[in-house]
Amino acid sequence: MDAFGGPIWSMAVSPCGSQLLVGCEDGSVKLFQITPDKIQFERNFDRQKSRILSLSWHPSGTHIAAGSIDYISVFDVKSGSAVHKMLVDRQYMGVSKRKCIIWGVAFLSDGTVISVDSAGKVQFWDSATGTLVKNHLIANADVQSIAVSDQEDSFVVGTAEGTVFHFQLVSVTSNSSEKQWVRTKPFQHHTHDVRAVAHSPTALISGGTDTHLVIRPLMEKVEVKNYDAALRKITFPHRRLISCSKKRHLLLFQFAHHLELWRLGSTVATGKNGDTLPLSKDADHLLHLKTKGPENIICSCISPCGSWIAYSTTSRFFLYRLNYEHDNISLQRVSKMPAFLRSALQILFSEDSTKLFVASNQGSLHIIRLLEGSFKHLHTLQPQSVESMCLLAVSPDGNWLAASGTSAGVHVYNIKHLKLHCTVPAYNFPVTALAIAPNTNNLVIAHSDQQVFEYSIPDKQYTEWSRTIQKQGFHYLWLQRDTPITHISFHPKRPMHILLHDAYMFCIIDKSLPLPNDKTLLYNPLPPTNESDVIRRRTAHAFKISKIYKPLLFMDLLDERTLVAVERPLDDIIAQLPPPIKKKKFGT
Amino acid sequence: MVEEESVRVVRCGGSELNFRRAVFSADSKYIFCVSGDFVKVHSTATEECVHILQGHRNLVTGIQLNPNNHLQLYSCSFDGTVKLWDYVDGILIKTFVVGLKLHALFTLPSAEDSVFVIINKEKPDVFQLVSVKLPKSSSQEIEAKELSFVLDYINQSPKCIAFGNEGEYVAAVRDFYLSVYFFKKKTTSRFTLSSSRNKKHAKNNFTCVACHPKEDCIATGHKDGKIRLWRNFDDDKKYTYTCLHWHHDMVMDLAFSVTGTSLLSGGRESVLVEWRDATEKNKEFLPRLGATIEHISVSPAGDLFCTSHSDNKIIVIHRNLEASAVIQGLVKDSNIFTGLMVDPRTKALVLNGKPGHLQFYSLQHDKQLYNLDIIQQEYINDYGLIQIELTKAAFGCYGNWLATVEQRQEKETELELQMKLWMYNKKTQGFVLNTKVNMPHEDHITALCFCNAEKFENPTLVTSSKDGHFKVWILTDDSDIYKKAVGWTCDFVGSYHKYQATNCCFSEDGSLLAVSFEEIVTIWDSETWELKCTFCQRAGKIRHLCFGRLTCSKYLLGATENGILCCWNLLSCACKILFYYKVIWQSI
Repeated sequence: MDAFGGPIWSMAVSPCGSQLLVGCEDGSVKLFQITPDKIQFERNFDRQKSRILSLSWHPSGTHIAAGSIDYISVFDVKSGSAVHKMLVDRQYMGVSKRKCIIWGVAFLSDGTVISVDSAGKVQFWDSATGTLVKNHLIANADVQSIAVSDQEDSFVVGTAEGTVFHFQLVSVTSNSSEKQWVRTKPFQHHTHDVRAVAHSPTALISGGTDTHLVIRPLMEKVEVKNYDAALRKITFPHRRLISCSKKRHLLLFQFAHHLELWRLGSTVATGKNGDTLPLSKDADHLLHLKTKGPENIICSCISPCGSWIAYSTTSRFFLYRLNYEHDNISLQRVSKMPAFLRSALQILFSEDSTKLFVASNQGSLHIIRLLEGSFKHLHTLQPQSVESMCLLAVSPDGNWLAASGTSAGVHVYNIKHLKLHCTVPAYNFPVTALAIAPNTNNLVIAHSDQQVFEYSIPDKQYTEWSRTIQKQGFHYLWLQRDTPITHISFHPKRPMHILLHDAYMFCIIDKSLPLPNDKTLLYNPLPPTNESDVIRRRTAHAFKISKIYKPLLFMDLLDERTLVAVERPLDDIIAQLPPPIKKKKFGT
Repeated sequence: MVEEESVRVVRCGGSELNFRRAVFSADSKYIFCVSGDFVKVHSTATEECVHILQGHRNLVTGIQLNPNNHLQLYSCSFDGTVKLWDYVDGILIKTFVVGLKLHALFTLPSAEDSVFVIINKEKPDVFQLVSVKLPKSSSQEIEAKELSFVLDYINQSPKCIAFGNEGEYVAAVRDFYLSVYFFKKKTTSRFTLSSSRNKKHAKNNFTCVACHPKEDCIATGHKDGKIRLWRNFDDDKKYTYTCLHWHHDMVMDLAFSVTGTSLLSGGRESVLVEWRDATEKNKEFLPRLGATIEHISVSPAGDLFCTSHSDNKIIVIHRNLEASAVIQGLVKDSNIFTGLMVDPRTKALVLNGKPGHLQFYSLQHDKQLYNLDIIQQEYINDYGLIQIELTKAAFGCYGNWLATVEQRQEKETELELQMKLWMYNKKTQGFVLNTKVNMPHEDHITALCFCNAEKFENPTLVTSSKDGHFKVWILTDDSDIYKKAVGWTCDFVGSYHKYQATNCCFSEDGSLLAVSFEEIVTIWDSETWELKCTFCQRAGKIRHLCFGRLTCSKYLLGATENGILCCWNLLSCACKILFYYKVIWQSI
């Protein structure tokens, strides 16, 4: 839906949640009504000179503050007219900058408006009189984000220098009720711009250009010093961006605006454990597929046989047929894809590459039969709830399809009969990875709180192993991992093994071995070979974990004896970032 | 013989002015500073000393205005008394005998009849803050023995104690912790910083403390140059602090302005920093104050600041950070190479002053007359830097000429020497550089001597050096066609068997020059520069030489390194060892 104001720079939902404000490039602030089934335009506010970069509602919903270039406007929601226009000083350390961009505003319930701007200032305004109350110059560069706590006694701002500042409302003297805002602690956990900050009741959360998400707990709000009180730095997408064609040893990499197809190299040499073998055939960059237009790729997939590639953007769905003639590849686009497939959230091919499953953002699942160079829409599974599905898994025998949304449990469909088979009971935490084991048709589900369940589809109940591990509980170090499991796979010849990985470790769960309790060493190094079998058997437990990888993007079994792992070293990402703002370091 | 017990040294001048913070009178007309056993009252406008408050029998360790009568001043001393003065007339009003060594004094407007002092009772390093009740009585000398204990285990320095919020609490710092004692609640909160165990916090030690006059805010200075502003310190858990960092070395003192809008800090950088609104970015500087700032104080009227410096100087500074007056005491540099001299013209004591300067100090008025910049180079204060030292100076011709020697030795073989000759200019009443001689000798110069005889129309200077030579320098016209410009040139170079020349001296009438070469004294005719005779006593290397005056002019005195004083009769060429004197030679 178009707001008809050019690019949208800012949005804010009203405190009661029924109205949406949108700030546009042309300086207009538009109010929309949110109804359960649609968003409806309500009215325009007084149009401003330049783009609206930030918006904030007064907690009562009667007024809003809008940050533009060089000034902040306060609007009365009822009349839609600007009550005050507060001009911001362009001066920066005595030098006049060309423009002062208001990157963020926050409207407090006492009528104070806090603004952060490109001149490095945090300013407090009285919205009743439209006057500047206090000015804190905190940075030599832009202050880009602001977040206020729910109690309105503390807020956090992020700057382009990578520093996060904490402001607190403290009483002026112990025996008076007068309070003032003071800047307290600076935190420097980022190297680049801090574009977004959030203030939870017990922690400050910040993220920005350097691709890290930093959670800094507030020590005074923490009762006991435990793992929750530790600073956490979270990196990496928690999604799978790589798909693999096992048959042809192909990997499809999904980037924001293009896809890359690589054929893996191979070796004929053999060696000992730990050796790096020389490649007899180098990896080939087969294909570089660029999207048309500015839209990002939402999801992509390559079929297991390697002859189909599908991807989706917000407005279109693309399906390609790949033909292999010796070393040449020809690409043929399948035309006339139906419009309802666009902005799909997840695409999956069946194991025999004859069916394509598409999870649309409307919540329905489309099943398409693939023929040589064409397709046929078979069926649409109607949504069980309003939420859209974002994870799919198909059983290797092609009978079952599991689909999961963000919260409402996992639905299992029978593809033969095209109907819902069962629903795994809902769990509090979203699903991060799904997979169906071959032969047994056990569904393995990993959740964001690091719990792993195994659910038997034919029996419609949790397996015995899953019940055991739920009864005993996972190892505390397993639960304290920061990154979610993004991929689960199975070994075709070892039915007791589950292979899964997150960004920092690869794990094989051997269901035949005893579960570890909190006293056992979870991250056991490989046992030395000279030890007797007795000791090895005594120390062995179900979780075999390898942490040798730099951030791990993807890992899967190609065949019984080959495992492919894709690493993305953090240094490579940082090297590609724009250089951070240079700061003079004393003594250099 | 006088018995040693009855000898009492009375310090009458040249005392430390920077021992404690200076105090302003309520109308900012006067500034009080401790000076040995006295308290000096200076005018802030003219820098002149108006009164000297004499009466203490030991070092004065603290002064404070009487909060109930701003025309009175309290002082405390190591002699165990607190005295109350009328500083306008310079008379002692009352003496309170406490009987303990008092290290510092504090007064509070809310505590009318008591003052706070720092004492140490038991262990030498453990100090206590106690309040002393001052009984009301009409007699001149009153016993004040009613002590009540406030804080234990505090630092000796008064900079580490501060009273806040009109005496609601007192803050004390020591090592790595800040303790705050609340008088009403009678509780102490203690905040500890992480100490030297890890490298990052190795210099976290507290050095000084100041309290905001209006708000509950404590500023503390640290060894690593940081300033922390503490708030919410009445709550052990919710306390918070923010950091200000500019100083690269220890913060020596802190002071809030009267309104509390700005914070002043100073340290070894010799720069007074004014932090406005306690924000890191908004700061003003008063640089080039000459020496380490030891103390900062603020006038009660708020119009003046003052800084006490390590070179025994107090600078009165206007509110707009302009230095308006300098009260300079006797500079005590660690090395007085030049020894003590008397300027024949002004009868002032002349010795090394601040680095690279000669100071002229009037003993009659106990004040510095002026500083003569000899080295004329910017002094850079840093550890491990080898500086140019002013090593020798001598006056000649009734104060018309001044000869100085400066040296810098980085390595054993690299000696930089420079001799400068200065002429007194009657118009400007100061010394003007006349001749600069680079490397006058190959090695260290051991003595400088002018010929002060009246009959000598030509001023003559002799220098003796460790390179085995002595050189005679005379004043000649300096190749000017008008023969008006004059300069010094070397007239004669003498030596004796390659022995090091250790000293030289002219006879009173200027006819003879005595030069000592290690253990041998040579007598030279000053007309022809012929060697007249030599004395050799083998009593040790001669350090000092002096001709007799007036009726004793036939004698020559010599003092050796091992403490023997020899006397030669020039007429009979006989020698007498007068006596062995047991004086340990200083390095003069």
